[in-house]
Amino acid sequence: MSLRIVVCVKFVPDASGDRGFADDLTVDREGVDGLLSELDEYAVEQALQIAGGVEGCEVTVVTVGPGDAKDALRKALSMGADKAVHVEDEALHGSDVMGTSLVLARVVERAGFDLVIAGMASTDGTMGVLPAVLAERLGVPQVTLLSRVKVEGGVVSGRRDGDSASEEVEASLPAVVSVTDQSGEARYPSFKGIMAAKKKPVDSLDLRDLELDAAEVGLAGAWTAVDSAVKRPARTAGTVVKDEGEGGRQLAEYLATQKFI
Amino acid sequence: MAEVVVYVDHVGGAVRKPTLELLTLARRLGDPVAVALGEGAAETAGVLAEHGAVRVLTAQAPEFADYLVVPKVDALHAACQSLAQPPAAVLVPSSAEGKEIAARLAVRTGSGIITDAIDIEAGDLGPVATQAAFAASYTTKSRITHGIPVITVKANSAPVQPAPAPGTVETLTVTFTPAATGTRIVSRTPRQSTGRPELTEAAIVVSGGRGVNGAENFAVIEALADSLGAAVGASRAAVDAGWYPHTNQVGQTGKSVSPQLYIASGISGAIQHRAGMQTSKTIIAVNKDPEAPIFDLADYGIIGDLHTVLPQLTQEVHTRKN
Ligand SMILES: Cc1cc2nc3c(=O)[nH]c(=O)nc-3n(C[C@H](O)[C@H](O)[C@H](O)COP(=O)(O)OP(=O)(O)OC[C@H]3O[C@@H](n4cnc5c(N)ncnc54)[C@H](O)[C@@H]3O)c2cc1C
Ligand SMILES: Nc1ncnc2c1ncn2[C@@H]1O[C@H](COP(=O)(O)O)[C@@H](O)[C@H]1O
Repeated sequence: MSLRIVVCVKFVPDASGDRGFADDLTVDREGVDGLLSELDEYAVEQALQIAGGVEGCEVTVVTVGPGDAKDALRKALSMGADKAVHVEDEALHGSDVMGTSLVLARVVERAGFDLVIAGMASTDGTMGVLPAVLAERLGVPQVTLLSRVKVEGGVVSGRRDGDSASEEVEASLPAVVSVTDQSGEARYPSFKGIMAAKKKPVDSLDLRDLELDAAEVGLAGAWTAVDSAVKRPARTAGTVVKDEGEGGRQLAEYLATQKFI
Repeated sequence: MAEVVVYVDHVGGAVRKPTLELLTLARRLGDPVAVALGEGAAETAGVLAEHGAVRVLTAQAPEFADYLVVPKVDALHAACQSLAQPPAAVLVPSSAEGKEIAARLAVRTGSGIITDAIDIEAGDLGPVATQAAFAASYTTKSRITHGIPVITVKANSAPVQPAPAPGTVETLTVTFTPAATGTRIVSRTPRQSTGRPELTEAAIVVSGGRGVNGAENFAVIEALADSLGAAVGASRAAVDAGWYPHTNQVGQTGKSVSPQLYIASGISGAIQHRAGMQTSKTIIAVNKDPEAPIFDLADYGIIGDLHTVLPQLTQEVHTRKN
């Protein structure tokens, strides 16, 4: 049996940097160094684990993003993915989830897939909805937010920990899966992996290659508009006192003055 | 007046508080039409009417419990189509499932989507949503420019206000799409109730991190929480160590909370933790490291050992309450 897995990974500004907005109110991707979203490492990890048990399985990583986004693909390749697709086009700048999902849907349809695996959310946009949108567009089952995932006999199954219950869910392939950071630590690329990644193929595509209309994507094609982005005033640090044996009582006094007790 | 569709989050007919908050926001935009699905749907009508629902559309079918997300999208879509004119907005609670339902509805109706709004106002060009971006270091205002404004709203974003309305119950006819039965829910284990308030809805949250140092030591956190009638939270470090369940994790990959009071003990204040608690009204930190970044956010901080400070605080709360 062969299995074609496509992993969607995003190149995001490093959360430890001073993230912000560009003049056109899109995410500033210049001021802060980017990296493979940590939450997408879990998706790559699960793809590699699933692939490990299947003869002739191929793992393709896909990103939609600017030139630097190749770094994210490189990292995924050095973890062990087989090949990569980079969708890059000036017209994609400022795409919202509807635009990005349109592109990803087209890419995975063209590549052919049995399983699409995504992260639980991007660490910059933090919407956590793209996998569901992708499933809707592709017309295949969504098996999302899994903390455990298994593929066997053409069926993907896993555990989804919801707000009020934990559920065991399953669907027939092809399907779109997303995995949480509870799904298992992602591996570090080995030296061998890093060297091997340099020789792995990265296919670059633009909108024309995908036969997509520039008007459907990017800032102009977005179905949402950001009117303003204002830096929140940093919280002013309040009183900090050293516990000299009365710390608990001092806190209680503070809570009482604030009417919490 | 235009109608605003509100998706009802309920457990067996008991409406969860974020839905009532949505009704407050919905009334700013038009007449709320609530959509309640599955077991107990009809029983939601009373409380929804008290909080402003003009109509309550209900549907019952085994699909809602047996298959993931899509049956609810089909129903919400049917609700939108049943209106005389397209709704002024569709509001959905920002739970993991709520966001997925909303997003698929947006695709189907050719609409833009905004997730995790913390406020909504009426604007000349449609609803304006406020969001917190980059771990709440920015506040943005956004609109939907295409289709129906589909917006998911975080818990604690608006007050619950009584506003009696008819709340007329009507049965919604839903025809399921082939996709509805794509993902089967094989089994469901309901979360055990702890008797404490729901983390995302609580007015006070008491959280512990790596500094708690052991599962058994979380009793210190729980004792303080119980003295204040609070929910218990945990950092990812504490969850990863197996000291507290993941359902209680606060932060980027856990729950996002916005209580009146957040007490962080033995938590350093990493950006991913802050992402989930930074919008709390009052923040208190107890940490033995004076350099811990959590102190930058704290309205009141104690540099000290949580194992001595918290029990003393708990004791004092009990004394003052009696
Ligand atoms: C993609 C991603 C997502 C993440 N999501 C989350 C998330 O959702 N939630 C989250 O919390 N983290 C998340 N993290 C992890 C986050 O980066 C931090 O590692 C984590 O928050 C640290 O937890 P902590 O503050 O409990 O531990 P530490 O950073 O180790 O801090 C422990 C603190 O306890 C203090 N302390 C120790 N002993 C005592 C004592 N006896 N009394 C008082 N103080 C004491 C120490 O001084 C220290 O400041 C995420 C990370 C990544 C990369
Ligand atoms: N530009 C992108 N390129 C590839 N994958 C993406 C992109 N944006 C989002 N994703 C995938 O969708 C998941 C959820 O993203 P989001 O809905 O934006 O929070 C991420 O974890 C990625 O797996």
